[in-house]
Order: sequence, then C-alpha cells, then structure tokens
Amino acid sequence: MSAQPKSLFQKVWEAHSVRKLANGQTQLLIGTHLIHEVTSPQAFGMLRDLGLKVLMPHRTFATVDHIVPTNELVEPYKDPLAQAMMDELRKNCAQFGVTFFDRATGKQGIVHIVGPEQGITQPGTTIACGDSHTSTHGAFGAIAFGIGTSQVRDVLATQTMALAPLKVRRIEVNGKLRPGVYAKDVILHIIRLTGVNGGTGYAYEYAGSTFDGFTMEERMTVCNMSIEGGARVGYVNPDETTFAYLKGRPYSPKGAAWDEAVARWKAYASDPGCHYDDVMKIDAADIAPTVTWGINPGQGISINETIPDPAKATSADEKAGIEEALAYMKLPAGAPIKGTKINVAFLGSCTNGRLSDFREVAKFIKGKKVAPGVRAIAVPGSQIVALQCEKEGIDKVLAEAGFEWRAAGCSMCLAMNPDKLIGDELCASSSNRNFKGRQGSITGRTVLMSPVMVAAAAVTGQVADAREVFSVN
Amino acid sequence: MALEKITQVAGKAVFVPGNDIDTDRIIPARFMKCVTFDGLGEFLFFDVRHTPEGVPTGHPIDKPEHKGAKILLSGANFGCGSSREHAPQAIHKAGFRAIVAENFAEIFFGNSTTLGIPCVNASREDIAKVAAAIEKNPSLEVVVDVEKLEVRFGGESIKVTQRDSARDALVNGRWDAIGELLDGKPQVLETAAKLPYLAPAA
Ligand code: SF4
Repeated sequence: MSAQPKSLFQKVWEAHSVRKLANGQTQLLIGTHLIHEVTSPQAFGMLRDLGLKVLMPHRTFATVDHIVPTNELVEPYKDPLAQAMMDELRKNCAQFGVTFFDRATGKQGIVHIVGPEQGITQPGTTIACGDSHTSTHGAFGAIAFGIGTSQVRDVLATQTMALAPLKVRRIEVNGKLRPGVYAKDVILHIIRLTGVNGGTGYAYEYAGSTFDGFTMEERMTVCNMSIEGGARVGYVNPDETTFAYLKGRPYSPKGAAWDEAVARWKAYASDPGCHYDDVMKIDAADIAPTVTWGINPGQGISINETIPDPAKATSADEKAGIEEALAYMKLPAGAPIKGTKINVAFLGSCTNGRLSDFREVAKFIKGKKVAPGVRAIAVPGSQIVALQCEKEGIDKVLAEAGFEWRAAGCSMCLAMNPDKLIGDELCASSSNRNFKGRQGSITGRTVLMSPVMVAAAAVTGQVADAREVFSVN
Repeated sequence: MALEKITQVAGKAVFVPGNDIDTDRIIPARFMKCVTFDGLGEFLFFDVRHTPEGVPTGHPIDKPEHKGAKILLSGANFGCGSSREHAPQAIHKAGFRAIVAENFAEIFFGNSTTLGIPCVNASREDIAKVAAAIEKNPSLEVVVDVEKLEVRFGGESIKVTQRDSARDALVNGRWDAIGELLDGKPQVLETAAKLPYLAPAA
C-alpha cells in the first residue's frame, strides 16, 4: 500500500488516467461502456460521419430498456419510432461488433440492472453510460459516470473521455434502520438534507455500519439516486458482500483469475485516514419512511410530516419553490401527506426493480387487494429478475393482489413506452424522479417512495404508512 | 480538427425564470424517440410552452420580440436531471449559443461545453439586471464575453464566472475533445495494458 492514504475515487482515477489534456482536464480511460437505444444512435451516427471504429468492442455492452414496450413482446412494435430505435441499435451493435443483450437473449433489462447481474460491473473499474443513473454501478466500488451523447461517441471511438477530477464527500450512515425503513428512504433522506444540487462537483462515498450491513441491491438503490442530489458519482467500498455477489456471474473472473481479482479489488478500497473534501454523518435511527410531496427528489418528508407551507418558508426562494411545487402537485399546504389519494401505483425502475424489491413487496401484499380504482403495475428490471420472480411465484402474488405483471423495461419511470399517467393522475412510484411531466402526462403527478410504501399506497388507495398498513414493527 | 474559437456570443437574449429547470422540462422524454438530433429545436420547453390541449402559453421564447435570441438567461441549478444531450441539443437547435444562469447541473454543463455552448454563472441580482434591460428593450444586443468573463448590455456590464477548463476549451477552439482524445491512442493502449479487466477474453 502506498504511503499516502488514498480514497477509492483517487485510486481508480489514477489507475485510469491516460494523460493531461491541453485544457487541464484528464483523459480518463473508461474500462466498461454500457449503451442503450436512446442515447447511442446519434453517437454511432457521429462515428460513421468521422469514419471511426469502436476502439474496444469487447468492453462495450448494449441493452434495450427505455422505449421497449412492457406489454408487447412481438416485433414490429405498434410504435414505429420505438421499432426504429430498436432496429438502429441492433444494426449498430452488429456493424461495430458490440455485445447486445437483446430480448431474445433472455438477459435484456434496464442497463443498470443488467451490468451487475452479468458481473460486468466490477470494483476498481471505470464505467460510463449515456444515462445519469449510471452512478448505480458505484455500489460495487466502481467509478461510474452518466454521460451525454458526444461523450458516448468519445468513449466508443477512444475508450476515454475528457474530465476534471471530482471532490469526494463521505456520507456515513451508522446504526440499524428501523423496521419498515429501506435503502430508498436512506437516499431520499440524504437528498432532502443536501438539496438537489448539494452534490454538484462531488463523488459520494457511502459508508458506515448501515452500508456495511446492506446487501448489494440496497447499495445499488442508494448509489442510483446520487445524481438526484447533484452528485455525478456515488460509490461504496468493495467488501465481502461485493465479492459474494459477483462470484460465479457470467462475466466475473474464474479460477485463479478470481483470487487475483479479489486481491486487486480489495486494494482499491479507501485507505483509513485518507482525505475527504467533506464528511456528512447520519444516524440510521433518524430515518423514517420518506415520500416526496413536490417536483424534485429533494422535496421529501417523512410519512408522518405535513406538506410544507410556503407561509413558513425561511427564504423567498424556498417560498417560490414550495408554491410552484404545490400548484403543480395540487396538494394543500400544511396538510398531512398521509391520506393523499393515489390513482396509479408503479413498482419498478433501475432504483427499485430488483428481485429483493419484489420479494419484499410480495411478503406484505400476499392476500391483500389493490384498492378499487387504482391502476397498479409491476415491471421487473430485467428478464432475469422477471424469471426469478416467476419461479418464486412472486408474479402470481402480485397479480392476485391486482398488480399487472409486465415484461422488463424502464416503463413508467419516464414513460417513453406506452406506460403513462393520464391527465393529472397521481402515482405512488418506486422510481427516482418526480419532475413535472416525468411519467408521461404533462400534468401527471409523482410521489416517490420505497416499493413497500408503493404497495401500501396501492392497497389503501392513498399515500399510507406501510408500517401501519402491514403491521410492521 | 479545427474548431471555432468561441470567445464571445453576441445577440438578443431572453430570460426564462425559475430554479431547478430540469432536463425533462427542457426536452420532454417523448421527443427523445429519434435516431438523430435534427428537429429537436421546436420541442425545447415544449410542455411549458403549451397547455395540455396544445394551446401556446406565451412562454418567453415564443414572444415575437424575443425571436432569434441567441442567449438564454435562467436561474439556479439549470439543466438538472438526466444526462440526455438532447437537452443542450434542443437549446442549440433552437438557436441559442450561450446560457447565463446562477449555476448549472454537472452533466448538462459538460454536455453543453462539448457542443460549444458557453454556460456562464452570474449572481441572481446581476441576471435580474440583464433581464430588466431586455424587458425594456428586447432587441438590445447582449454580449457574453467568455474571454473577459463578463456580460455586456447597453453600456452596462456584469461579471460572470466559468470553470477554467471549460473557458480554456472554448476560447482555444478545443471544446470538442474528440481530436485530442484520438491523438492519445498510444497512451490509451499503454494504460489499458496495465488493467487486467480490459484484456480481451482468451
Ligand atoms: S429506469 Fe428510469 S431512471 Fe432508470 S434508466 Fe430507465 S428511465 Fe432511466
């Protein structure tokens, strides 16, 4: 180990630094490039215009998630634009020699679920994807960046991108979460504290005993939403939990190479006493089931709080923010959030569309029914998640409760496929963004929460405290 | 590749007030069903510019007096949300060549710089001053000077800031990094050779 203690971010950054560019940025090697149908076609187009090839096709992996219909399996899809994007990705992967987890492979799914599932996401690596939730992969101790299409082009052509280093903020959460409180609540709580741009310029290192005890899926849920707090990158130091998850996955090293890899991965973890630009500490016991009331993920409150009142705002900015949010959400200032009527319940997304999410919901919803008038859909994050849920009978439990069980995709997280809110429907959603119009209707309303809270909202027809609804204590 | 040196942007400006204007608002996801960026300009701020029934709402960028504006002024945390380059692309295709805001979300800032759109930061008070001046005279020429880090308008000026690397890239015509990145190929392969996970499968 080097004399100077370093953070994981620093070590990975240094190992992947190619050289300094003229403008002072670093040319950073991107070891793993994940692509999907929405942000890659223009990049391949630029490559063709410039007469360039993909430098490392064996380090480039594609899947289809955003536009793929989740209730239609046979092509051509009814939406010709969706079909065109599908065809374009297929053509690009074939022409440039990129591995494509197409639907026919049985491995298709949301890009941030597929990478870990396949063992492509590994500690000590750099990952880029034309999607802001790429931070998810940081759960494995990777430095994973969401990038724009021109950078997708850069990574395709050069396997690098131009970037300035980030500062590192360590966010320590210690202690045991109270019953009924989940990883989703942890990240909603963090973003509530930092605001939506508090993380600008930072990579987040999530640590502390709460994270040590988390499963990989829980770590992914938290890292996933780093960007909602403004941080482009979020990671957890790799440990035994990480290695156990990766062992035996299709792209994980095998045999002697596995032991070597684990030794290397361990060495990437932050050294004790390394420098952090900022440290934030949170007591796990202070976190309650959290829901949003507004139009950005920082506008969250615990389930037992009341909707903020602009009259009580401490600044003109805050007042204007609350007023704008409440006008859009059509929610009364000062009223309890609990009891707010919902129209739609959505389970899924790269934040909470994994096996553990559906297992947890199935455990509580078994024998219960979705309230009359509520449209409820459950969308597995990948074909593998779907298959596993089906093997365990989770799909049946959800279907009996009144959830529609769908095929894998992003679905109503951003509604680029046919799953959309209608008019000003209010959706209890396990996804990650509650922006105006996010779920496909320009007046549609989103309340973010954990999957079990979505289940509680579905069965009661209102924003509810899952601990009461399901007698959790 | 020789790129234009972007030292300043001059033209009419328009103020789009608000904080945390996210990428879903800049370009709603449904307009991202496309395989090229062509034509995205007309969908800029689409859902704010139209009611659900499709009636124009009189958004600032639709006002006749702001037609042809090249400079966009806004509030804090502009461009938060997704990594979609469709957002700065829509802004560019709608004719804007510079953005002045209190501050910008990280990915949006990087994407814009790569397209040669200077994003400069100014204080809220200063942005309000420029906004007031263009309100009085919408055809006022506003100059975003990336080199001198100031915005000039009708004999007045305000100070702005910008990250050094972005400013350097813009004024020296290096805002699109692809040429320089391609030049580094020998070093890229050298760095890659030291990282076992990058080796092609045996
Ligand atoms: S699930 Fe939602 S946030 Fe995740 S990749 Fe898909 S659209 Fe983006």
